[in-house]
Parts: sequence; structure tokens; C-alpha cells
Amino acid sequence: MLSYAFKRLLLALLVVLTVSGITFTLTNAAIDPAKALAGESATMADIEAIRKAYGFDRSYLVQYFDWLGGALTGELGESYRMRRPVSVLLLERLPVTMTLGVCALSFALLLSIPLGVVAALKPNSPVDRLALSLSVLGQALPTFWFALMMIILFGVILRWLPISGSDTWLHFVMPSVALGYYATPAFMRLTRAGMIEVLASDYIRTARAKGLRPASVLFKHALRNAVIPVVSLAAVQFGFMLGGSVVIETIFALHGVGFLAWESISRSDIPVVQAIVLLISLFYIVLTLLADLLNAYLDPRIRVA
Amino acid sequence: MMKHWAIAASAAALAVTWSAPDAAAQKSKDTLRVAWQYTVENVDNYFNTNREGILFSRMVWDTLVDRDPKTFKTIPNLATSWKWADDRTLEMELRQGVKFHNGEEFDADDVVFTLNWISNPENKVINQSNVSWIEKVEKLDKFKVRIISKKPFPAALEFLTIPIVMYPNEYYAKVGPKEMGLKPIGTGPYKVTKIEPAKEYTLERWEGHFEGGSKPHAKIKNIVIRTIPEMSTQIAELLAGGIDWAWYVPTDQADRLERVPSLKVDRSETMRTGYIGFDASNRTSNKAINDVRVRQAIAHAIDRDAIIKNLIGGASRKIHAPCFPTQFGCDDSVATKYEYDPAKAKKLLADAGYANGFDLDFYAYRPRDWAEAIMGYLTAVGIRPKLQHMTYIAVRDKNHEGVTPMYFMDWGSYSINDVSALLPNFFGGSPDDFARDADVQKWLAAGGSTVDEKVRKENYSNAIKRITERAYWLPMFSFVTNYAYTKDLDFTPFADELPRYYLYGWK
Repeated sequence: MLSYAFKRLLLALLVVLTVSGITFTLTNAAIDPAKALAGESATMADIEAIRKAYGFDRSYLVQYFDWLGGALTGELGESYRMRRPVSVLLLERLPVTMTLGVCALSFALLLSIPLGVVAALKPNSPVDRLALSLSVLGQALPTFWFALMMIILFGVILRWLPISGSDTWLHFVMPSVALGYYATPAFMRLTRAGMIEVLASDYIRTARAKGLRPASVLFKHALRNAVIPVVSLAAVQFGFMLGGSVVIETIFALHGVGFLAWESISRSDIPVVQAIVLLISLFYIVLTLLADLLNAYLDPRIRVA
Repeated sequence: MMKHWAIAASAAALAVTWSAPDAAAQKSKDTLRVAWQYTVENVDNYFNTNREGILFSRMVWDTLVDRDPKTFKTIPNLATSWKWADDRTLEMELRQGVKFHNGEEFDADDVVFTLNWISNPENKVINQSNVSWIEKVEKLDKFKVRIISKKPFPAALEFLTIPIVMYPNEYYAKVGPKEMGLKPIGTGPYKVTKIEPAKEYTLERWEGHFEGGSKPHAKIKNIVIRTIPEMSTQIAELLAGGIDWAWYVPTDQADRLERVPSLKVDRSETMRTGYIGFDASNRTSNKAINDVRVRQAIAHAIDRDAIIKNLIGGASRKIHAPCFPTQFGCDDSVATKYEYDPAKAKKLLADAGYANGFDLDFYAYRPRDWAEAIMGYLTAVGIRPKLQHMTYIAVRDKNHEGVTPMYFMDWGSYSINDVSALLPNFFGGSPDDFARDADVQKWLAAGGSTVDEKVRKENYSNAIKRITERAYWLPMFSFVTNYAYTKDLDFTPFADELPRYYLYGWK
């Protein structure tokens, strides 16, 4: 178990380094940070003055290792545009993104697991087809459009929910639904498939034969085993939600890490972009690693495979 | 397309069914809730580059002189009078009895400190061209200063009206841009009570605001500004009564919002001028565009009136000179006027040897439909344009690299009402210069190095005549900004695209 974990960790670190190196090179190659920082009304003289002042005239490699050295000691530099430490910015924005991610994941699971169970109980029935359609709709609907539709219905016409901002828990309802609905099909299909397989197995037949109540058979014995793959998928999807919330955060004016990433990319605020890419790739990798470890823990067969 | 339909549907539904409770609620709380699309990363006036930063500055800080928003004349503010001692030296008398929000008294020390600090390149103020003209500033007595420019700088007073605000010397020396961006202190009509950086700003009317300056006491007590990056969300908030004021509303959305009873829409002309630039100096590999007849043909091929009427709307006007009509030196009378005449365009192309047209890369970043409209006109006269639509920064980079034979761009001149904020930038020999005309460069240099208005006008007129004769640019139109706000608000837009929140009140 330990050596498995160690090998995965090493691989994870390598991935993080590669991702951050590639991002740095591509960002600097795509846009001149001096021009982006100087802004629309700047003259060439302004831009050159900024280039020298901020050290943009050094080679990519020097700039990258400069940054990496700092990052390893927790020093992520200062935002070019906000003139504040990047670590402070991230800490300010992280709670909103985490809240959104947790709520979105909860919504996705709360919707997809019951749907999956219901579908598995009567495979290929109208109920099954309906459950499948409902969940596939989540993946088919463009998130942007779905979010705007919800805003119009619940925010403008019915006035049930606030439209933008992150002041109260109500502000997170629509964004969580918009973000979470996208992940529903995968969870639902996995739950359904897992339940169908488990319900057909011997130990369930034994449980029924023993006279256990149907609810107990379903939830205590069947679902518990069927959701093991769902748990590990959830870990990975959580990483996706944390990293992929740019669109949702922008639409609902939730000032989280996703929105910060979008702003920083469009303004070429390279230290912030680098730090966010590092953070999100770390999230993904840690969560994927956790998913693997969790799977291995829950299902001993995986450890020796 | 879909989202426009959706917004239209809801606007229609509301127009029929809804009466506005929430907007009235905010009026009763004496709080104006404003939405901005772009974040002001650092509200320190010298460390941000967007227009919203200027709006913020005008509420919290003051300039030495100001601009009357209707007449565009220079009027006293923190300075009560001024005179040019020589063509590089401006002497100013300062207003007495002014206090900063933290109780510090305003005097010559603040002016000397602020101007010397911002003009020092080591302090890395972002818009260097706003401040680099200053050589040094000296205190003559407690309420008198002398400002010396490096060279004769006739636009000095213009630059002192908007982008250069006065900071409290003791406070700024202690805290610098970082703290000023989190806890701003100024002399302006509003003081800042809360900042969530880049997210939300809360301001309150300051009862200690000085009398006699260019800004009256603010009428509205509280202002809350939120950054809402998605325009559709802003519109939804306007409809639902979640915000009271928004700007840069797209033209088609403005049309629909006008029909909502609780809202008002204003379409106001701005100083921002759109233009098509051409490579007249052989920088790109497109030989056709180097020929003046080809450029003139393109100028005749585009129906600017139709574009303005159908795509821009509002108070936008066609412009002939490469500047905004109110800018000092912008002489429309000498500009060559290119009327819409496709037949003439085809003839000019034939004369130049391009009867069968030619290929042309066209760079643009503004709304795609504007670029496509322009391309339609070019295609009609036989030219084969290829659209390179990208972000502003990407087009600007390509422009500087010299690979853009034809491009549609615009310039706001930082709201400076003088052509020296525009023409030298694009015709003065920098990488933005696609004309590389030595005469034009000479005239612009002469116009910018004297305070004699007659000499300046003569030189700028010569430059404008040459630029338009040789079609280095085709000036297109002035931009229009659309504002949408609650009908309870007494709001006036201004041509310099600087809403002055301290002037507005409730109806």
C-alpha cells in the first residue's frame, strides 16, 4: 500500500512541474506581459519602461526558475496588476470556489444517486429511460445557457433567488445547480450500472432469502458496494468543478479562483496565472491520488492488481 | 443569439407584468447600486489602467483643475488660479481650507510630493505618458506651487484635469500604493467605507467636502459598486431591481431595455473615435495598400452612414478628421471628405491596376458584426478581405509588429480634449505609425512644442490635411455608450465618458 502511494505521489509531482512549465512558456509566448500591464493608452515608451522595471526582458528560463524557487518556499510573488501577494489573493478567493465546488458536487450526487437507484430497479423501463434522459440533459445543455435560463426564471421573473454575488447561501443555489448538473450523467450511469450488477449478485439473493427488508437490502447491502466507483469518480469530478468553474463564477459574479484565473489570463498577470495553474493541477492530482487510494482501500482487489 | 432571445423574452414579460418595488427600496435607503463590468485591480489612481479606475478616482480624489463636462473648459478645483510664467513653467495658487478624509490639511506639500513622486520613473506608475512630461515641482509658499515640464507641454492643463489627482503627502509616503489601494484617502466628495478588492466598493458621502471647487456636495448618500463581469447578468439584475445603474449596454439590449417601464436608457456620444488604419509605409507585404489610390478607393467603398444608422445607433456621428471634433486642433474643415461612392472606388482600384481586386488581411477586435459590415463593402468593389478577429491585445501586438495592412481600432484619448493625446501617438514615428510621413511628424512635433494656440492649430491642420488626403486613416465614427438605470435616478451622461456620480440625485 505504502509503496503504491509513494510511486503515485512521485508521478503526481512530475505532472505538476510539467504543467506549470508548459503554462509559463505558453503564457509568455502568447502575450507580451509588458504590453498587457501597460494597458490600452500606453505608449511604446511606457511599455519599455515597464518591461525593464518588472524584469520581463530576462529569458523565459530565468524568469521561470525565479518563480519556481519562490513557489517552493510558499512565495508565489506579487500580482502585477493588484500589487498584492498572490498567496493572499488565492486565500481570499478560495472559500467561494470551495463552497461552490462542494455544493455543486452535493447537488450532483443528491440528484444522480437516487436517479441511478430508481433506474437500476427497473432497467429499460419508462422510469429508467426518464431517469437517463434527465441526467443526459445535464451534459447536453450548454452550462452558460442553462445558467442564464435559471437567472431569468428564478431571478428575474419569479424573484425567488438572488442573481449575482456570494453573500448568502441562497446565492449559491443556482450556480451549484448549473455546475453540478453537468456531472450528473456520469454519476447516474455509474450508480445504475453498479446497482444492476450488485443486485444480480449472490450475496443479495442471500440477503433477500434471509428475509431482510427491501430497504435494508437496497441501501445497506447493495448501494454501499455499488457506489465505490462513484466515490472515486466524485473525487475527480470535484477537481473538475474546482478548476472548471470559470464560466459559472463569471456569470454569477462569484469572485472565486475561477474568475480570478479568467481575469488574470486576459490581463496577462502571469504570477497569478502560474499560481492558479499550480493550485488547480495540485487539486486534480491530489484528488485523483485520493480517489485511487480510496478505491484501493475500499476494494482490496485493486491493491494487488 | 439564444441568450439575446431569452433576455428579450424576459424583458417583454416584465414590461407587461412588473412594477418596480426594489428600485424604490434603494432610493429610500439613499443607496445607488452600480455595476461595473471590469475590475479595478488597484484603486490607487496611478496603478490601474481602466476607465472605471478614473470614475473611482473622481469620487474619492481631486485634481488641481477640472473640466466643465458640458463646455470642456478648464475650471478651478484644488488650484484657484494659474498662469504660464514661461512656456515650461506653470504657477498655481492653491485653494485654502481643504481637508483630506483623514483630517490632513491640503497644501503645497501635497502637490509637490504627489507630482514629484508620480513623475519619478522608479515608482513605476503605470501610465507613464500621463506623468512623464513633468520635470519637477517646487513649493513657492504654503499655497503656491511651480510646475516645470521637461519641454514646452501645451496640454499640461488638460493632463491636470483628469488623470492627475492629489494625494495626502504624509499618508502616501507612509503607506504607498498597496495601502492606498485598500484604504484610499482623498479630498473628494465620497469617502471609502469598505473595499473588497476587485469585487465590491462601498462609498459614503463625505460631509467635510470643501466648498467652491468643481464638484458640489454629493446628493446621494451611499454608493455600492459591484463588479459583475457578464453583461447578461447585469441586465438581469437591472430587470430584477438588484442594481440601479449599468453602462456599456450593447445596442440591441438597450433597445429592449427601453421598453421596461422601471428603467431609462441613454445613448450618449463619447470622445472615443473609431478608425480604419492602413499600411501606407510598406511595413507589411501587401503592395496594394501602399498605393494611395487603393486606400482612397476603400474610403469611398464604405458606407459609414449606413453602419452608424444600423449598427451603432444613438448619437454616433461620422467623422472626417482623425480626432474627436471637440479636441483642440481637430480641424474638420481641412479634412478630405470621402463620400460613399462604390463606382468611384472601383475606378480608383482599376487606375491603380487592381481591377480584379486583391487579397487583404483585415484585423479587428470590436464587435464582429461591425467588421463583417466593413468587409461586405470591400467585397462589393472586388476586394477579397480576410477577417482576423482577435482580442485587443493581440491586434495591438500584430500592429506593433507591422503585419497589419488594414485594421479597425479606436482611441479614447484618455478623455484629453487635445489632439496631442491622439495624433502624435499614431503619426509621430512610433511602432503605431503606419504612415511614416516625415512632414506629418514634423508638424505634430511643432504643434506639441509651443503654447501658442495659433501656431499649434496651423500645424495640426497641416497634419490633418495630409493624413486625410493620403488616406493614412479612414476616420469612421464616434462611439456611443449606452447607459441603463432606474428611472428614479436623475442621471446625465457626458461626452467624455466619465459619469460623475456626485452630480446625480434621486428624482
